[in-house]
Amino acid sequence: MTQVYFIVFLPLLAAIIAGFFGRQLGDRGAHLVTCSSIVVAAVLSWYTFLSMTLGDLEPAVVPVFTWISSGEFSLNWALNVDALTATMLIVVTTVSAVVHIYSVGYMHHDKSQPRFMAYLSFFSFSMLMLVTADNLVQMFFGWEGVGVASYLLIGFWYHKPSANAAAIKAFIVNRVGDLGFALGIFLVFVATGSVLFEDIFPAIPGLVGESYSFLGLELDMITTMCILLFIGAMGKSAQLGLHTWLPDAMEGPTPVSALIHAATMVTAGVFMVCRLSPIFEYSEFALMVVTVVGASTAFFAATVGLTQNDIKRVIAYSTCSQLGYMFFAAGVSAYQAAMFHLMTHAFFKALLFLGAGSVIHAMSDEQDMRNMGGLAGKIKLTYAFMMIGSIALMGFGVPGVFGFAGFYSKDFILEAAWAADTAVSDYALWLGIIAAFMTAFYSGRLLFMTFHGKPRCDEKTLAHVHESPLIMTGPLWILAIGAVLAGIVGYPYFVGHHMAEFWGDAILVLPAHDIFEKAHHPEFWVIATPLAAGLSGFALSFVFYVLNPALPGIVARTFKPLYAMSYNKWYFDEIFDFLFVKPAFCIGRIFWKKGDQGTIDHFGPDGVAARTRDGARLASLMQSGYVYHYAFAMLIGVVLFATWYILSGAA
Amino acid sequence: MTLDWPLLSLTTFLPTIGALLILSFVRGTEEEVARNSRWVALWTSIITFVLSLLIWVNFDTTSAEFQLAERWEWLPDFNIAYSLGVDGISLFFVLLSTFLTPICILSAWKAITKHVREYMIAFLILETLMVGMFLATDILLFYIFFEAVLIPMYIIIGVWGGQRRIYAAFKFFLYTLLGSVLMLVAIIYMYQIAGTTDIPTLMQTVFAENVQTWLWFAFFASFAVKVPMWPVHTWLPDAHVEAPTAGSVILAGVLLKMGGYGFLRFSIPMMPLASEQFADLVFWLSVIAVVYTSLVALVQEDMKKLIAYSSIAHMGFVTAAIFSMNEQAIAGSIIQMLSHGVVSGALFLCVGVVYDRLHTREVARYGGLVHNMPKYALFFMVFTMASVGLPGTSGFVGEFLILVGAFQMSTWLAAGLATGMVLGAAYMLYLYRRVVFGELTKDDLKQMLDLSPREVAIFVPLVAIVLWMGIYPASFLDPIEVSVNHLIQQYETAIAAAENSAAAMAAAGQ
Repeated sequence: MTQVYFIVFLPLLAAIIAGFFGRQLGDRGAHLVTCSSIVVAAVLSWYTFLSMTLGDLEPAVVPVFTWISSGEFSLNWALNVDALTATMLIVVTTVSAVVHIYSVGYMHHDKSQPRFMAYLSFFSFSMLMLVTADNLVQMFFGWEGVGVASYLLIGFWYHKPSANAAAIKAFIVNRVGDLGFALGIFLVFVATGSVLFEDIFPAIPGLVGESYSFLGLELDMITTMCILLFIGAMGKSAQLGLHTWLPDAMEGPTPVSALIHAATMVTAGVFMVCRLSPIFEYSEFALMVVTVVGASTAFFAATVGLTQNDIKRVIAYSTCSQLGYMFFAAGVSAYQAAMFHLMTHAFFKALLFLGAGSVIHAMSDEQDMRNMGGLAGKIKLTYAFMMIGSIALMGFGVPGVFGFAGFYSKDFILEAAWAADTAVSDYALWLGIIAAFMTAFYSGRLLFMTFHGKPRCDEKTLAHVHESPLIMTGPLWILAIGAVLAGIVGYPYFVGHHMAEFWGDAILVLPAHDIFEKAHHPEFWVIATPLAAGLSGFALSFVFYVLNPALPGIVARTFKPLYAMSYNKWYFDEIFDFLFVKPAFCIGRIFWKKGDQGTIDHFGPDGVAARTRDGARLASLMQSGYVYHYAFAMLIGVVLFATWYILSGAA
Repeated sequence: MTLDWPLLSLTTFLPTIGALLILSFVRGTEEEVARNSRWVALWTSIITFVLSLLIWVNFDTTSAEFQLAERWEWLPDFNIAYSLGVDGISLFFVLLSTFLTPICILSAWKAITKHVREYMIAFLILETLMVGMFLATDILLFYIFFEAVLIPMYIIIGVWGGQRRIYAAFKFFLYTLLGSVLMLVAIIYMYQIAGTTDIPTLMQTVFAENVQTWLWFAFFASFAVKVPMWPVHTWLPDAHVEAPTAGSVILAGVLLKMGGYGFLRFSIPMMPLASEQFADLVFWLSVIAVVYTSLVALVQEDMKKLIAYSSIAHMGFVTAAIFSMNEQAIAGSIIQMLSHGVVSGALFLCVGVVYDRLHTREVARYGGLVHNMPKYALFFMVFTMASVGLPGTSGFVGEFLILVGAFQMSTWLAAGLATGMVLGAAYMLYLYRRVVFGELTKDDLKQMLDLSPREVAIFVPLVAIVLWMGIYPASFLDPIEVSVNHLIQQYETAIAAAENSAAAMAAAGQ
């Protein structure tokens, strides 16, 4: 198990070397150091994954050294590897390696490439720390670490005000989620006396039915824990309400979007819920919340994706929507299905993003699809990759024969929702099917607007359109193979007949929640409806953007309010700005000017000083220099004193 | 462990000896005087730091007693002694003081050009007073050091400060004076009851409940101003803005900790019943401080003011934790104070770096510094993240332990404090963005050079400490653990005893 040291710490080492000695190493040296270390990490991860899930490598925790120890609150830096971690290891390191190599080509004009590579490697390290955590606090370390890496990479082009704003927004919205996560950790600690998974999980069944007074409310303890932790997951995985940072995060360079904001970091929330399945399983209510939030996000993000014009934003909303699927899978206790979709999604979504990057690269940094069109013939390979990625995303396939990756994982999620057969799972099922329709529509829209029809860009850009170099297209083959085959190969292990051996003890599903048997034998309509929804969505986009390009405009005008709602992302940014951002600044100013200066200083030190000055002035008035003034004053004093003395003496 | 030479006294008074050396032997032209004063001050403070490391080396982490104790009768007729000792609570505050002093002296190398000799003397005297204050185990001795610290600080702000230095120095003095007078009265009263000023003896003395209340408020008046707690905080932003960079570093780094240290050393062990009774008051003031000053920090246009307000918010975590009275909270409060001492000191140095070049603290005058000052941008980023409490930095360990502890006390308290996690990120990143990121458009900024080797030498040890405390905090948590447990045990015993006697009285009354 010593290889796990290398998997985790090689990227850190590379980040340090490239970050601090980038100038000495030069671009080439930085590329070499970072790419080679992540490739080694990827190879070791695959070795670990295969020997654990197919071979006889036992799950293990490799301690590094003590981190924090204060009374019972005691934990180590440790590397924990089980099937869940191993799955994340291959996803993270594979996509990261691909993105590292791709970036060498994509960023070759940039003047601070060592810094970029260092950030990517630092991100990989943090993500690996997150997935190998054996306790909640180290998970939190990785959690915030990937947040910082994301912040630095979104704001990588720091001369752009929009990039800086997006970076801060990402960090702060995530922090809101992290606040929930942190409170969740505290509650777990108070309830179980530990933050180590190995201590927490066995203690949970004993807490069923216990209540806890949280913020004055008597709540079910386990439910409160789960909801707080889930708020953290919502922030990181951009779920409804805390999703606003993700589309803006597209300000970062495209490889970043592929790695962090599609394949790995944003799936951390899903991973967290799966990792904590031994807690979530004991709260029906929390699972319901997870299901509803996931399904609502899947639907909401898909509606917004329909009308966006920035190619990266379409894919960003698509990511948000797909994460929703993963969550509602977890919510119906099909954690394995959530992880399966997480894995396949990493391949095809990274492929879509990097393909989009290739398009943007070809179009001289143009991202607006309204200025594209007709590129299919000029960048054939990119077109093919985008097509593969889209088909995998739409989940097309022939049942029982073959399908692209998403066909297996997404459909299984819907089958699981059907099998769970509760009110919320039906909600999830139907929103999921509607979202599948919309997914196919916006995917088709993206393909047709970008690659088909007549070119809408100017002559100069058009003349410059070229296929990306091998260093960018080469790595995409790996993702493309994954997007095609990950589903059919992974199915038996992740959710099929071999799932028991594959997962081992990494995930807990209570017998009452186990829907896998039923989900494996769905009724015909459960298979047919999503497929039909997808095909009809794709067909509709073909009508809209190929057969009759005037149609979208007419529809938009006819359903103006709906169109505006979708185009403006349901006005979340505006509402949050009005509710939180503006008041924070306003209240801050009031506290400063009216509170500190107007009240505390006014009546405090300044007031005292002013009264002292007044007193001094009064005193100086009395010092008139005339003897009879003093004599008179003395007389009054004597009279008052005598009066007081007599009166008090008499009493 | 006992040494046969007075390590604590030596650490305390070595800086004074350095100051005397400067005073009596440094002669020559103005330039020579300045140069020699700087070097003498630097070496004195470095040797003092090394001596203080010996305290750490010789410290027995298994004992809660005052160690390396020294005692000389001072006023034997009055039972007042010169006595020093170190325990787990004071150990790292001493080290913090001796660590920051050389950094301060180095940071003033070029920035201070007038009265250099006097400046260096002031800092060395200040160091003696700070160290003495943390080491004193006699309450009168403590009081003398505690109050005397104000004098060099007042001079540093008043002589080398900015334009409104007189107003700031006066405000600083006015606030602290009020508290000090009350504390002196309380100390005299305690002396009359206990017949001694020896701190360990006073800790064993049981004061009546109503007496505790009065004593507690008298001490509270003094310590709350020092921390500073809302609403007696308004002196701090002014003092910081007007103080020279090194003055701000010591002010934020050490002087604010005197309040927190005072609560731990006096309020809780000597007035446990009152501490329990008024804990809610402290919690309210702390949470208000966190939310209020964080929001105020968000709208500041002066870099130093912003960091000053952030200090108040961070200290709000500390005061809440101290009165939460469990192991994580109190250990966390000490770690948070140490971390804040280093991080806020470093942030003031970051402001100092650009202030030395452009002579303004106005945020709007900056922007895009990352283009011509990448090293500066890196260091500033590390300290920003530490201030935000990023895991892996010192800021996280303190903050997280405090929140764990506070959560056990009350979920309201933890939730209220935790809003600081979000707001803190907002004002720090907003500041960083406006100063460091963006286009480099202003001509005077384009002239600015990146950090000099001297400046790098200042920042490197600070970064090292920030990461050390963040990644392997055990070095710091282990030595304080026994003392913290002892403190809590003492407190709980006192509370239990009071409850028992109340129950006994109730039983007797029936």
